[in-house]
Amino acid sequence: MEALYATAVGVLTACGIYLVLRGRTFPVIMGLTLLSHGVNLFLFASGRLALAAPAVIGESADPTDPLPQALVLTAIVISFAMTAFVVVLALRAAVELRNDHVDGVDPEEDWRP
Amino acid sequence: MMLLSTVALPLLGALITPLVSRRSTAILPALIAGTIGITMVSVLLSQAPDVLGGTILIEHYPWLPGIGLSPAFRLDALGLFFALIIAGMGLLITLYAHFYFAGKHGAVRFHSLMLAFMGAMLGIVTSENLLFMLVFWEMTSLVSFVLIGFHQDERPARRGARMTLVITGGGGLALMAGVLLIGNSVGSFQLSDILAPETALTSDPLYPWMLGLVLIGAMTKSAQFPFHLWLPNAMTAPTPVSAYLHSATMVKAGIFLLARLNPALGDTDAWLYSISTAGMATLLTGAFIAMFKHDTKELLAYSTVSHLGLITLLVGLSTRMAMVAALFHLLNHALFKAPLFMMAGAVQKATGTRDMRRINGLWRTLPALTVISAVAAASMAGLPLLGGYLSKKMFFIESLGAPVIMPLQWLTPALAAIAGLFSAAYSFRIFHNVFFNGKPQDLPVWPPKNPGVGIQIPAAVLALAVVLVSWHAESVVHGLIGPVASAAAGVALPDYDMHQLHHIGTAFFMSLAAMLGGLLVYMAREPLFRLYDQLPPADAREIFEWLMTRAGGRAERLVHALENGSVQRYIALIILSAIVLAGPVLLSGIQWHGGETMTPVDPLTGLGLVLLMATAVGAVLGHHQRLFALLLLGSAGLFVTLTFARFSAPDLALTQLSVEVMAVIIMMLALSFLPQTTPRESSRLRKGRDLGVAALGGLGIGLVSFAIMTRPHSTIADFFLSQSKPGGGGSNVVNVILVDFRGFDTLGEITVLGIAAVAVFALTRNLQLKDRIPQERDQYWASNPHPLILRTMARPILPIALMVSAYIFLRGHNMPGGGFIAGLITAVALSLQYMAGSLAWAHERMLTPFRPLIGLGLLLACGTGLGSLLFGEAFLSSWFGHYKLPLLGHLELATALLFDLGVFTTVVGATLLILANLGKLMTVHGPGKEIG
Repeated sequence: MEALYATAVGVLTACGIYLVLRGRTFPVIMGLTLLSHGVNLFLFASGRLALAAPAVIGESADPTDPLPQALVLTAIVISFAMTAFVVVLALRAAVELRNDHVDGVDPEEDWRP
Repeated sequence: MMLLSTVALPLLGALITPLVSRRSTAILPALIAGTIGITMVSVLLSQAPDVLGGTILIEHYPWLPGIGLSPAFRLDALGLFFALIIAGMGLLITLYAHFYFAGKHGAVRFHSLMLAFMGAMLGIVTSENLLFMLVFWEMTSLVSFVLIGFHQDERPARRGARMTLVITGGGGLALMAGVLLIGNSVGSFQLSDILAPETALTSDPLYPWMLGLVLIGAMTKSAQFPFHLWLPNAMTAPTPVSAYLHSATMVKAGIFLLARLNPALGDTDAWLYSISTAGMATLLTGAFIAMFKHDTKELLAYSTVSHLGLITLLVGLSTRMAMVAALFHLLNHALFKAPLFMMAGAVQKATGTRDMRRINGLWRTLPALTVISAVAAASMAGLPLLGGYLSKKMFFIESLGAPVIMPLQWLTPALAAIAGLFSAAYSFRIFHNVFFNGKPQDLPVWPPKNPGVGIQIPAAVLALAVVLVSWHAESVVHGLIGPVASAAAGVALPDYDMHQLHHIGTAFFMSLAAMLGGLLVYMAREPLFRLYDQLPPADAREIFEWLMTRAGGRAERLVHALENGSVQRYIALIILSAIVLAGPVLLSGIQWHGGETMTPVDPLTGLGLVLLMATAVGAVLGHHQRLFALLLLGSAGLFVTLTFARFSAPDLALTQLSVEVMAVIIMMLALSFLPQTTPRESSRLRKGRDLGVAALGGLGIGLVSFAIMTRPHSTIADFFLSQSKPGGGGSNVVNVILVDFRGFDTLGEITVLGIAAVAVFALTRNLQLKDRIPQERDQYWASNPHPLILRTMARPILPIALMVSAYIFLRGHNMPGGGFIAGLITAVALSLQYMAGSLAWAHERMLTPFRPLIGLGLLLACGTGLGSLLFGEAFLSSWFGHYKLPLLGHLELATALLFDLGVFTTVVGATLLILANLGKLMTVHGPGKEIG
């Protein structure tokens, strides 16, 4: 299971990196989302993979490590905030620069006024 | 306090002077500077008897003792000697400058900078802590930079200033590295520890680096070959600056440093060879070039270079009495060179030029100055029985007894004599050319006017001092120089045998030869000048400028290569550097499998993980069709949710689920304004590069993750698991960590969330979407924005969802749930109303002060934390109790619940603020009034 899980983390990260390196804002935002999925799963796995052992006292005899979970929980919320911010930033940039390239310059058209 | 105020008083004066002096011609700035100068000199003199007797005054002011950074001051004989020169010379220069600047603009600026320099220089010589000495060291470089560029509107001044800054500043950096090495080896930056006899720096394996770096610092500051270039170019400074900084004090700082560190670093072959060779090269270069300079100040500058070389050579020689000779010559040089600079300034005032081919025969106009200069120049030439003669003869004697630093035994004395010859020649020249040698030739100011008595007084005082020191040479050498040299050498030196100075032996004939040879060279000057003019012109300044321009161009090209404005490239570089930095560590033979047995793969979980990968890869492959990719991205999020749920993290699953919903809604909203497709514009090469980078990154993270998971699990979780119930009063450990153990972190997180939401609000504020990018076709988007079924279903769902949310919130402390999750569920339920109805419809039925809501939540969370302070507990300590309430039954109330309520409120406010403001952009009626 660990090997498969690690592969999934690696694939998510690789997909995230590839998309982050694209030239248009929307794929970059999607890439950031995938990248944060990868990172969250990576952090979460540092508490090891346990089945049916939630970190709730009384629920299981050998509860899993709650600390990475607490870390990842806040990380999820923060990355949501970041995604929202980047989305709006991309919108604003697209409206003001009249293109959605990350450099603010569309390589395909001569946008100069 | 005494030593601290010695440094602080001038620095304070530097700040006060410009504040209190309104008119630059007033006497006030000079008065302030003069008062401070007199105070300094008298304070130092009052300490002189004790300190010369061997007492070392040390003052400590603990500041950051942990990293060895505590200001500490130290006054021993060596420091006192330099401090007296600095303060005494400063006093005379203040007087001189008052007349020099009389009626001219800039006096306030000059006096203020002068005081700053004096404070910094006193700081160098009285620092006990080497780190603080470095600070003062850099300060003198900076003040010197400003003073050389005093006439900012003149190009040579700016160039000279820049050259000085580059050379002395660069040397300062080298010195810093050297000092750090020394401090690291000794374990302390205090001089008392570094100079202690048991410190064995010379046997440290890094000793060559320490010596080399310190030497570069000293050589740049003291204008040693080949770093001497800056000093002649610094002559663009006003003459008082040249006389003070660039002849008497700052350029001696390097020599001070060598003398100071001599006990710790000296007495090795490396020390002997490097320092004496540098000194000898400087001595000869300076003396030779000085002869051929027609500008009085330039001649004096090269002469200073040469004398600094002589002193450095003596410090390097390490023979028994060389330090005495070095320090005695340093004193003599300060006394005879400053009046000559003052003369040059006065003569420039009188004639309007410094060109010795035009200034001649001034003795009629300036009879007093002629006498003063005669004394100073004679001492510089080394005419018998003056101070310069005595110290130069000491130098010859030491050179005869010097260890063989050149291949031949006689080379050192021979070169010393040649240098002496040229020094005699240029001394004759500056005196004879200026005051005699026929009549002045087409002076800019005609007839030459007497610049007044005032400006000549400081020079006269110094000339008198030259005579007095020469007259009482024996008591000066025994009473002052002896103790100072002993402090520098680190051991008590015996009295210098003054009789050998009057002995007629080899050294005497060397002096005689130098003197007569100098006279001959001077008499033969006309043909020599012609010969010199035929030498290939090697203007160091031009070479330096060329180097600077080239370095600037290189740097610019490098910056443009790295920073070409492409965000794509920046991101690629960042990720690549992370891979490059981490790669070698990962490849250095780490065992990937940590040894723990892996858990078996059950088919369902395995399928989930495979589907997770498939959706991610699908999103990448299909990212040109944005809506399609976004749907796949949403599914990936759902599979992440399932993964969390499967591996015992119900809280994470709940959070991820609600976040995923919100995130997809927001991205959908954005997508409706953005182009629906991504153009295929990446070249094959770029795609390949990005694929490579992505594959490497993914591989690295995957391998690290695998390595971690297969290693034995050591964790601090046991503390949280055992303390959760008794300490935090809750059985859901994840939630207890969030609201109690790590409550401060959570407070930070919700603050960030709030800031992001407010930033979104600000960014959408004046966004005019009629400017939106022309769409291809709105093919994906439904023509009916509010479908009937959704509209009907959404209304009954709201109260149910809110009830679920309240339940999740309340049980959060003991069961999966809590403020974050409840907040997100509430936000999702409310946003459903937006989608089902419309923005306007929803807002008619809803309170929308979202920003105050965020503030309220943060206030609540903070207030709960602060509340615990009232009970004498640490910030965010929680308290809980169990109550039996009618109707509700058994209930546990914890202050952590209040904190969680703050989290809940902030999350609801922030999420809805983001959503409502994005949604606002969608309405066909335009942006409308602001929401939140």
